[in-house]
Parts: sequence; C-alpha cells; structure tokens
Amino acid sequence: MSEKRTATRAALRSLTWLLTLMVGIVGVIGLGMVSGEQKATFVPNLALDLSGGTQVILTPIVEEGKEILPEQLDQAVSIIRQRVDSTGVSEAQINTSGNNIVVSIPGIPDSNTLALIKSSAKLEFRPVLVASAGSKTEIGKDGSRPIKTSTAKPTSPSDLNQVTPALQREYEKLDCSTKFREPGQIDDAEKPLVTCDRSLTEKYILGPVEITGVDLEGADAGTVTGAQGVATNEWAVNLNFNAEGGEKFAKVTGRLFPLAEPQNRFAVTIDGYVITAPTTQAVITGGSAQITGSFDQASSKVLADQLKYGSLPISFAVQSQENISATLGSEQLQAGLLAGLIGIILVVIYSVFQYRGLAVITIGSLIVAGLLTYILIALLTWRADYRLSLSGIAGLIMGIGITADSFIVYYERVKDELREGKPLYVAVESAWNRAKRTIIVSGAVSLLASVVLYLLTVGNVRGFAFTLGLTTLIDLTVVFLFTYPAFRLLTKSKFFMSGNAWTGLQLKESSAFGYTGRGTFRVAPSVSSGKIAKSSKEAERRQTIAERKATADQNSSAKNKENN
Amino acid sequence: MSRFTDLGNQLYSGEKSVNFVGRRKYFYLAAIITVVLAILIPVVKGGFNFGIEFRGGSEYKISESKLQKTSLAEAAVHEVVPAIQVNTTIIGADTVRVQTPQLSDEQSEKVRLALAKAYEVKDSNVASSFIGPNWGADITNKALWGLLIFILLAAILMALYFRTLKMSAAAMLALAHDLILTAGLYAALGFEVTPAAVIGFLTILGYSLYDTVVVFDKIRENTHEVEFSETTTFAEQVNLAINQTLVRSINTSVVGVLPVASILFIGATFLGAGTLRDISLALFVGIIVGTYSTIFIAAPAYSHMREGEAKFTKAEKKILAKRSAIAG
Repeated sequence: MSEKRTATRAALRSLTWLLTLMVGIVGVIGLGMVSGEQKATFVPNLALDLSGGTQVILTPIVEEGKEILPEQLDQAVSIIRQRVDSTGVSEAQINTSGNNIVVSIPGIPDSNTLALIKSSAKLEFRPVLVASAGSKTEIGKDGSRPIKTSTAKPTSPSDLNQVTPALQREYEKLDCSTKFREPGQIDDAEKPLVTCDRSLTEKYILGPVEITGVDLEGADAGTVTGAQGVATNEWAVNLNFNAEGGEKFAKVTGRLFPLAEPQNRFAVTIDGYVITAPTTQAVITGGSAQITGSFDQASSKVLADQLKYGSLPISFAVQSQENISATLGSEQLQAGLLAGLIGIILVVIYSVFQYRGLAVITIGSLIVAGLLTYILIALLTWRADYRLSLSGIAGLIMGIGITADSFIVYYERVKDELREGKPLYVAVESAWNRAKRTIIVSGAVSLLASVVLYLLTVGNVRGFAFTLGLTTLIDLTVVFLFTYPAFRLLTKSKFFMSGNAWTGLQLKESSAFGYTGRGTFRVAPSVSSGKIAKSSKEAERRQTIAERKATADQNSSAKNKENN
Repeated sequence: MSRFTDLGNQLYSGEKSVNFVGRRKYFYLAAIITVVLAILIPVVKGGFNFGIEFRGGSEYKISESKLQKTSLAEAAVHEVVPAIQVNTTIIGADTVRVQTPQLSDEQSEKVRLALAKAYEVKDSNVASSFIGPNWGADITNKALWGLLIFILLAAILMALYFRTLKMSAAAMLALAHDLILTAGLYAALGFEVTPAAVIGFLTILGYSLYDTVVVFDKIRENTHEVEFSETTTFAEQVNLAINQTLVRSINTSVVGVLPVASILFIGATFLGAGTLRDISLALFVGIIVGTYSTIFIAAPAYSHMREGEAKFTKAEKKILAKRSAIAG
C-alpha cells in the first residue's frame, strides 16, 4: 500500500510542477503587461497570411562573383526598418531569410513605400554649418538674429552665407521629435540641408554634399593607439577612403580644421539623417581618418557597420510580392480554427468510443497541451516577436496527432501489461517504463525533423518547422507531467479499479502470450496452428498465467540442462 | 466491450494474427508497382502542375467582389494584353485570384484597373503582385537540402538507438516509398505544387519516421534475444509486434487524420485553392501512407534483412524441426 501512496504523491507532485509551469508563464506575461511592456500580450500575433497584408521578398543585387556578407544584410535590414518606420507603417516586420530580406507590412503599401524599401542607402558627408539641441530654438538672445553674415555669394561649402532666411526659419522651427522628413525624400546634393541625427537629439544645418559613400572604402572599430604605439582602452572608428575620397577628405578637413565650433564638424548622413558629426581635429591627408569620442566597443562597432555597409550601395530586386486581403486573411483564420475545432471534436468522439472512461485523459492531455501551446505562443509573440501563420497552424494540428499518440502508446502498453495478468496499479507503472522510451525516441525523431528544417529552410517552411518542434516539446512535457500522473491517479479511483465496461480497462479472458524471460516465449496458437496439436493449444489456453510461467521455467531449465 | 478492444486482445495474444511478414512478397509487389507508377505518371503527364511560385508571373487578387465569374477576368486581361494565358480561381467567399505570365509594370497597372472595372470594385480592392520564378525554387532547394540532412541524421539516430543499421535502412526504405507515392499522387491528380504543398510533403517525413519508430520499438523488444527461443522465430516475433501495435497504429492514424481531414474538407469547400488545402492534402495522404508503409513495408523489410543472419536461421531450423516433430 505504501508503494501506492508514494505513487500518488509523485503523481500529485508532477501535476503541481505542470501547474507551476503554466502559472509561471502566465505570471511572466501578466507581469510584463502590468509593468507596461508594450508587446506583452495574451493575444498571439498573426502572420500576414492570417491578418492580411503584403509580403515583399527582396533579393540583393551584388556584383558577379561577390558574396553578400551577413553584416551587410543586417545593416540593410536596419536601414529598411528605419525607412518603413518613417512612413508611419506600424507592425511592419523585416527579417532576413537566407540571403533575402522579407518585408511584411499590413495592408497594401503604396508605390512610394515600395520604392522606398527597394532603393539603396545613401551615405553622404556634409560640413556642419549650424548645430544645436533638437528642439525649437531661436538663434541669438533677443529673438531671431540672421545667421547669414552678408549678402555676398557663398564662397565655400562651409560658408554661412548659404543659410537663407527661409532655411533659418525652417531650422528654428524644427523639432526633431515631430515628423520633419518625408519618407524617401531625396535631398539636393548641391544645397544645404536641415535635418536631425538618428537619435533625434541634435539638429543641424548642413552644407552641400562633399563626399559620397562611393568614396569610402571601409570602416572598422578598434582601440586607439597611443603616442608610443601602445594600444589604449579608448575605442574609435577608423575610416578608409579610396584615392579620390582621400583627396576630397584632405581638402575638406583642411578647410574645416581652422574654423570654429560647430563649423569645424562634418556630418555623415544616411538617408538624410545624421549618424555622426565629429569635430575635425587635424587636416587628414593620408586617406584614413579616425573618429574618437565616448565610444565603447559596441557603439564603435555600430557606427563602423553603419559607415561600412551604408557606404556600399546594395540595391534590391523584388523577388516576389504577395498581397493577402484582410478579408481573405480572416477567412483563412476562421476556416483554420473551425477545422481545428471540428477535428478536435471528432478526436474526442473517437477517443470516447475507443477508450471509454480513460478518454478523460486524452481529452485532458489535449486541453493541457492546447493551453500550454497558447500561452507559449503568447510568450513568444512578446519576447521573440513570433507570428502565427497558416503553416504554423498546420504544425499545431500535427501536434494534436502527436499528443494523442503519446497517450495511445501508453494506454496500449497498460493493456499489454494487464493482458500479462498484472494488477492494474502494477501495470500502470511497468507500462510507463516501457512506453516512455518509445515516446522519447519518437519525439526525438520529430524534434530532429523540426530542428533540421528550421535551420536549413526559409519562409513558410520555417514557420511550420517551428510549431512542429514546439508541439513536440509540449507533448513530451504533457506526457510526463500530465498524462502519466493523471493515469496513475485515475486508475486508483474505485471506478477504474472496478473493471466496469466504461473504464476502458476491462479485459476479456484471453490467452496471454509474449516474452516471459530470457529465451522463453509462449507460442502463439495461430502462428503454429496446424503444426501444434489442437489439444495442446486448448490446454495451453486453459492454463493460468502462473501455470504457464511454471511451464516456461521448466522449459528453460530443461534447455539449460541440454546445453550442459 | 467494443469489438475493437476484443480485436486488440486477440491480436496481442496472437489468437488473431495477420501474417504481414509472411505475405511480404505481395506487399513488395504492390509497393514496386505503385512506386513505378508514381514515377512514370509524372513523366507521361509531362511533370508536375507547379504553382505560380515556381513558374513566376503576375497575380491579381480582387476582393469584396459580388461577381464571381471567371470569364470576366480573361476578357479584362485580354483587353490589355491579348492572347496570354489567364488562370482564374475563386478563393473564399469574395476573392477572385487571377494569374498571368509576368507583365511589365505598365501593363500590370492597366490590367489591375481593367479588373477593377470588370468586377465592379474600387481600384484599391485589386491588389497586384508578382512572383519571380526563383522564389519557389529557392524554397524547394533549401527544403530538399533539409530533407537530405534530416534523413541522414535520423538514420544515425535510429541506428544508435536500435543498435542496428538494418532498422534505419528499413525505415528509410519506407520513407522513400511514402515520399515518392505522395509526389506521384500530386502529379496523377494534377494538384498544384505550391510552397504550402512542399511543407505538407516535408511533414510526411516527420510523421512517417515517427510512426515507424513506435512500431520498431515494439519489434526491438519482442526480438530481444529471440535467437535463444525454442518456440518462435525471428520473423514470427516481428509479425507479432506488428499485430500487437496494430490497434495503436490504426488509432494513431485515425486521431492524426481526423483534424487534417476536417481542414482539408473545410479548406476545400469554403476557401477553394489555397494554403490550407495544399498543406492538409499532403498531410492527409502522408499520414495514411506513412502508417501503411510502416506495417506493410518497413517491418517486413526489416525482418527480411535480418532473418537471414546465421544466428536466426540456426534457431529457426531447430524450432521448425521441433514443431514438425510435435505435429507429426
């Protein structure tokens, strides 16, 4: 009896773990929502094929024989993201998929947005004319004082005479926190430009473009080498220009260096936004410059990447563009949900028919697996920006089969053990020991399939592989923490011990047959029917399990004697 | 008590038994014929019916249209570009999908407006898209690589777990059978091969092997040290394992197929062509074929590969001699 009690306690412990796990996930999401995390939600996000929208797949165009670097692609993604965000489109998703970039936007984008996504980034160097904090300002103490010093024609790109009163008004009114640029706005390279930096903290009036990204050969992050050639802890970004760029840069720094702040600064812009605006500390003639400042390793790398890849104009070709109307999306979702519901109802009916009272466990397992899947997907929506797609739903539906199967494998095992003549509470335990191996190894195969597919494929296949893997893991969790303990607890109840026809565990008297120990097998009457006399078959059938075991033991000892 | 439970008991005890292993010649023959057909049919029919994702082309989706006549689309497209192929499909309640070969940007815009006029909807209700011919091929290429590597890893995993390469080999044989058969069915019935169908196709490999592993685990258990048995042979134990897991196999496939069938039904009736139908069709075929091949091909083939091993033939000879002595 004490053994039984330990089993009950272990079963309850497992169920408690499961509950803790589920409450824990719900708690984490709930906490996220309470603490104002914007994306924390209990409503899973839907991918475009269910919510409607447009998916554009872009392939980078690279020169023949050249490979596109992953960093280059990442940079392109972040540039595209900034551009899409600037159009005010929310909920856009931009991912890489192999060498392609997948842009998913709700609704149907207009041709401007599309053009914007496709165009390559523009990196430009402009001299700084005026700079200040990124809010509305007035120049001078007492109201607006003209920046322009005379009516003379500007003589150099750094000349303040370029700032017309109109330009000055634009600058003064500019508040970086409001929308100030049209997405995809193309600026005249010959004219000054009023803009902000990416972080929207500083605003500038910049002179005309002096160097473009084409002249920048590369950029990397590194530590500054001190006067004695010893590396210091200070991080910096190194720029390398090509010959033409080096000459231009020497000219620019030559002009900027003697000027006063802020005119001794030059700004680097991508898509019209300033990414950095360092002060010129020397005339740089060698074609390689160093930007220092309050960098750490990470921030210097970010800037170096922006400079390096922003300067490489990769352009993109649209490989495919697919629209799904919101109506069609919700139709697909409804159909998927309806089908899933009908499917589950059918499975429940079938289970009741097959497993009678124990169908409670199959249904329970499916409900627990369903809840666990739902909250995990909600968690992934928040933490990993996961979106459920139609192919993902297909993976989940496969999961119904896998979850139900784990129960079936275990159940059939229990019946096998019962057929061997074991009492129910023993059968439940010994069957588990055998069934769990099967469940684990078949789960491992499923998991292997999903991991390999997830790592090696793209797009929809990936979405499918992901949910298949997720449901396999959930299935294993549910089997260990719910199905098995529930089985243990239920079969201890009076009803299931009664052998009632509705328990699903009753056995008709039937001949047991199977492996009974090393080297001994009971013969299946039908396998050898005709070869073994009918009478012996009858006799064997009438034997009790114990008798049969005894005969088997005799046989094996007889065999051992023969061998001796 | 249901008859099925009874059947389960009888199959377990061996009272009732289907001789899967003994009749393998017929199953092999059936498999060879279907596989040859599955390869020949696509060749004769001139390949698969590839979706636009593989062919490339322009696509228009007209939403919220009350007119659902397909002929309207053809006329509208031909107004702009005469004599090109136009495929029109009704999707769901109010969406019409029109596919054409790839058109230039200018033509495409004209077609879009013409379709809006023809179907009496606002211009904005017609979305035009285009799909480069590489996209589908790209996805499929990667999927095929994934498939190859998975098969290799799964074979290693199974060989390690079951401690015999022959189980891996038998499982892979059945898997190949399943994949070829499903592909053949797609060609024979002219189903469109879309990326969604490819996904369904990949599921088959997961499911087929999953199912095989469950049955093989029972075989492994039943045939453990069978060479020392004086009463049953290796082949008989394999056959017994198939019979003992038969109820499970049937129940599992029914439970797996029911939700898929309902998706297939709902998808096909309410939505027509589309992702749901394509995925569920391949899944539907895959689950049934996967269960079938485990029982009729993988297990008998495994028995076939191993029963010739010296230790088993020796034991079998002894047992048969003993049996004929008892019978005689």
